[in-house]
Amino acid sequence: MGEKKVDARGLACPQPVIMTKNALSSIDEGILTVLVDSIASRENVKRFAESQGCTVNVKEKGDIFEIEIVKGFTCAIPSQEEKDSIKSNKVVFVSSDAIGPDYELGKELMKGFLKTFLDLDRKDLPKKMIFVNKGVHITCFWEETIEHLKKLEEMGVEIYSCGACLNYFKITDQLKVGKIGNAFDSVQSLMQGDSVVNLG
Amino acid sequence: MRTNDDAGVIRVHKNKCLVQTADFITPVVDDPYLYGRIAAANSLSDVFAMGGDVLTALNLVMYDSCNIEKEEMREILKGGFDAVKEAGGIIIGGHTVEDSEMKYGLSVTGIVEEEKIVRNSNAKTGDKIVLTKPLGMGIITTANKVDMVSEKTMEEASKIMAHLNLYAKNAMVEVGVSSATDITGFGLIGHAFEMAKYSNTSIVFNTKEIDYLEEALYLSSIGMVPAGSYNNKHYTENAVKFEIDLKDEEKMIFFDAQTSGGLLISVPSEKANLLIEKIIEYGGIYAKVIGEVVEKQEKHLIFV
Repeated sequence: MGEKKVDARGLACPQPVIMTKNALSSIDEGILTVLVDSIASRENVKRFAESQGCTVNVKEKGDIFEIEIVKGFTCAIPSQEEKDSIKSNKVVFVSSDAIGPDYELGKELMKGFLKTFLDLDRKDLPKKMIFVNKGVHITCFWEETIEHLKKLEEMGVEIYSCGACLNYFKITDQLKVGKIGNAFDSVQSLMQGDSVVNLG
Repeated sequence: MRTNDDAGVIRVHKNKCLVQTADFITPVVDDPYLYGRIAAANSLSDVFAMGGDVLTALNLVMYDSCNIEKEEMREILKGGFDAVKEAGGIIIGGHTVEDSEMKYGLSVTGIVEEEKIVRNSNAKTGDKIVLTKPLGMGIITTANKVDMVSEKTMEEASKIMAHLNLYAKNAMVEVGVSSATDITGFGLIGHAFEMAKYSNTSIVFNTKEIDYLEEALYLSSIGMVPAGSYNNKHYTENAVKFEIDLKDEEKMIFFDAQTSGGLLISVPSEKANLLIEKIIEYGGIYAKVIGEVVEKQEKHLIFV
């Protein structure tokens, strides 16, 4: 457990937040103390730390605010709120088990692309992934990809496989990740999503 | 003439009045041409908010020659020139000083007939409140300084900020409205507060109708809020009542200082739809009813 200090006095927004961000990401757990001298910086740093699931305590010393941020213990496990809500409203629509005309290459691409979602910043993650047609083979049979999708689900991405499609292939009982979706939910998600990305 | 308005107005001949204003800003986007356009759009906006036509403008340049190349400076000025030209005016000069931080803007002279001046103090009970650009620009440009904004959102924000309020103004003057102001540094709440206060009314906002660029909410939640927006909150929160349960980060969007924001127009209810139609027909990018004017309540602004 480490203790760290950041002096962001005299700096304009959003510099204090960026300094806090960098300092927080350099420690696994411990206490970070950030010094600022404006209400705007105090509010922004507090907001940022809380958005990262940390506990924040502010002490006022004259014109200076000492912001104590506790990382780890209370924030090592993502808070329920962080887990549940994805801020973006993007929808990924997977309508096949391959990307592009060459089927063998297309399957590899699909695996690779779906895995790469794990590398995205949280803010770039889609809100929902909808698997339809042969896409539901992925959520039933692709063991490695299913593990990746489970991780995405833990990060808050909602994963749906089309019920009619599972039924058509007679594999409803083999679904291994996410929920069964219906046509209404799928169409509603597509229409309400700010952007829809097609894979396959 | 006495007003609490966006620009100074002086009668010069019979009913002809000059409208004068000046503004300059630090860079809000990376592209120099766009920055010039946005800074100019921001300066011109005060004339439009009063229903005026742009005549002339002067460049105000605080040139950071250590960090801005000559070629970039030319691009900034070209952006400003094009915006003024689009507004129907012309840049006839200006002044440059050396500075450690780049700033650019315009001093603008416009013209308006006295009986056509649109003030910010004449909102009438029963009027609809129309907004002509979505919100979130202060938060987004603050986050952009540290590259925290997605390309898509930044592109959208640049387009919105570079858009002239000229078209909304043309529609507003033709349709005939009660009152107007433009949303800039004091944010939606600050400028709406002035309108409500000087009109001796209150404004009820239909919160779910107020649009902002979606990413602004996330950026607000991680502390990318400019200091000016906190100042706005400090000065105006006593005048506001939130009857709807809103997260703090969403409230900050309504306090957020806007660069080159839209017009906030108070229009007689029966003309609101016509106004919106005309704004879009004349080239505006956005127009929406976000609230209405009611008799003065305990608080000047109410979010429901």
